[in-house]
Amino acid sequence: MKRLLLGVAGLVVLGVLGFGLLAFRPEISPISPPAPDSFAPELVAKGEALAAGGFCTECHTAKGGQKFAGGYPMHTPFGVLYSTNITPDPETGIGAWSEAAFARSMREGVARDGSLLFPAFPFDHFTKLSDDDVQALYAYFMTRPPVRAPAQAGTIPFPLNIRYLQAGWKLLFFRAGRFEPDPNKSAEWNRGAYLAEGLSHCGACHTPRNLLGAEKSGEPYAGAVVDNWIAPPLTAANPSPAPWTEDELKRYLGSRVSILHGIAAGPMSPVPHGLSALPESDVRAIATYFADVDHAAERAALVGPAVARAMSYAAAPGAGQESDPDARFYTAACASCHYNSGAPLAVRSDLALNSAVNLPDPTNLIQVMLSGVTAGEGMPGVVMPSYAHAFSDADIARIAAYLRRTRTYLPPWPDLDAKIAAIRQQASATQ
Amino acid sequence: MTTFRINGRAVTVDVEEDTPLLWVIRDVVGLTGTKFGCGIGMCGACTVHVGGRPTRSCITPLGYVAGAEVTTIEGLDPSGQHPLQKAWIDLQVPQCGYCQSGQIMQAAALLKDFPTPSDQDIDAVMAGNLCRCMTYVRIRKAIKQAAAEQRMGATNG
Repeated sequence: MKRLLLGVAGLVVLGVLGFGLLAFRPEISPISPPAPDSFAPELVAKGEALAAGGFCTECHTAKGGQKFAGGYPMHTPFGVLYSTNITPDPETGIGAWSEAAFARSMREGVARDGSLLFPAFPFDHFTKLSDDDVQALYAYFMTRPPVRAPAQAGTIPFPLNIRYLQAGWKLLFFRAGRFEPDPNKSAEWNRGAYLAEGLSHCGACHTPRNLLGAEKSGEPYAGAVVDNWIAPPLTAANPSPAPWTEDELKRYLGSRVSILHGIAAGPMSPVPHGLSALPESDVRAIATYFADVDHAAERAALVGPAVARAMSYAAAPGAGQESDPDARFYTAACASCHYNSGAPLAVRSDLALNSAVNLPDPTNLIQVMLSGVTAGEGMPGVVMPSYAHAFSDADIARIAAYLRRTRTYLPPWPDLDAKIAAIRQQASATQ
Repeated sequence: MTTFRINGRAVTVDVEEDTPLLWVIRDVVGLTGTKFGCGIGMCGACTVHVGGRPTRSCITPLGYVAGAEVTTIEGLDPSGQHPLQKAWIDLQVPQCGYCQSGQIMQAAALLKDFPTPSDQDIDAVMAGNLCRCMTYVRIRKAIKQAAAEQRMGATNG
């Protein structure tokens, strides 16, 4: 018995030691910040485009804060994490990081001092970046204005906030490695895959995560909740009536607007903005990749009937405001902008074709009705007002239910009132 | 500080970003053609164009139009000779006149999108603009008259 206990104790000690070995990463010696003019201007320009295409500023800049100085709160299921300062300030930023330290953080999620980074930083995607791209990104970040901004403590509870434990997460879910092109696919597809899976980390929002916060490897791009919005599936399971063909994707990612689907609003808004810094061929490559992921070519014949059905609501007899009070409310509040007949116009976002109306979850539709759309989101220079103060929860529920009932053949959304109240409450909580 | 363009000129205003655009237009910029009717986007009296699109300014926060082009009734046509404005006078459309700025701004966008509007198109797009004096019959007639003039202009040059 004593031998058994000793044996178990020995195993536990070995286990902890072994885990410690796994989790230990050496410090990389600090350097003095390299002079900005030691980097070739073309390299810095390349890094700038890559940083835009990787949306670095979205997480590393706080609202109203200095660019790349961190402090942006990320609400994870485990608590709030604040992004770090990636300006080249030697004490509070990455000024003392050599290129090797920077590359290690991008590829393996390890900071210069050897501490493990939480995977809220998507190093599981950046590990795929090429050496050239990482070098360009380093040149870009080291030539930004240094800002003194110490890191803020998050609210992740003990013991989940122990960085060493990330080694276990990585053991389970992380595989380091450069992007490997698929020889069976075109060069354009491979470029799109490299950007989507590596730099632009689309799966970080669009792939559902498991209980430990890792992307589910068996369900790539199957859709997920992010920042209280829905990132829809990018696979053939996408419920929009018109399939996302390569042309539609290119238009949407390039111009923020798809006539057949809607606009890039909410957390998606920064994506086309960032991608606009990349060459147009790169945006088309991403579109090529996702058109393959969602098998749109096989479903292209569905576009015509989807549009015809959407336009039929304009002419449907008896479904108008004379007989249906919900239709009357919708017409008064929304049709001035959203009515279409004949053919959908880009400037008249057609709600029958709209992704938000066709998702199983009404969150996106509710979010847009509550928060509207600014001139910088969606169609450039065009806005949608915010109905948060104008309408009650019941009003918004009525319009949402009306659209679901009349514009789709899909089951009604349950508990709309409760959903709207919850979204309002979350919005004010994260102000 | 929010900067946008109104009727072709740039303005920078120093009021809170969540101030409804309507009040910025009326009280800060001083253009009083746009009216307050209900404050919840359900009467259309506050309708202006943002990026050429009709927008209820009473529920549009100022911050939303940063960098955008706003057009009010005063700026619809430099000499007040938009086909709608001419038809409005020709057919003596307004009664009290309070809703008419919003009606004309909404109708201007209707004609851009639907150059030959059917009664159904007019019903759907104009239904959000209320008129307590009930001059709807004349509004509809004026829209059709302006549409005809725009089409003639398009073909005859």
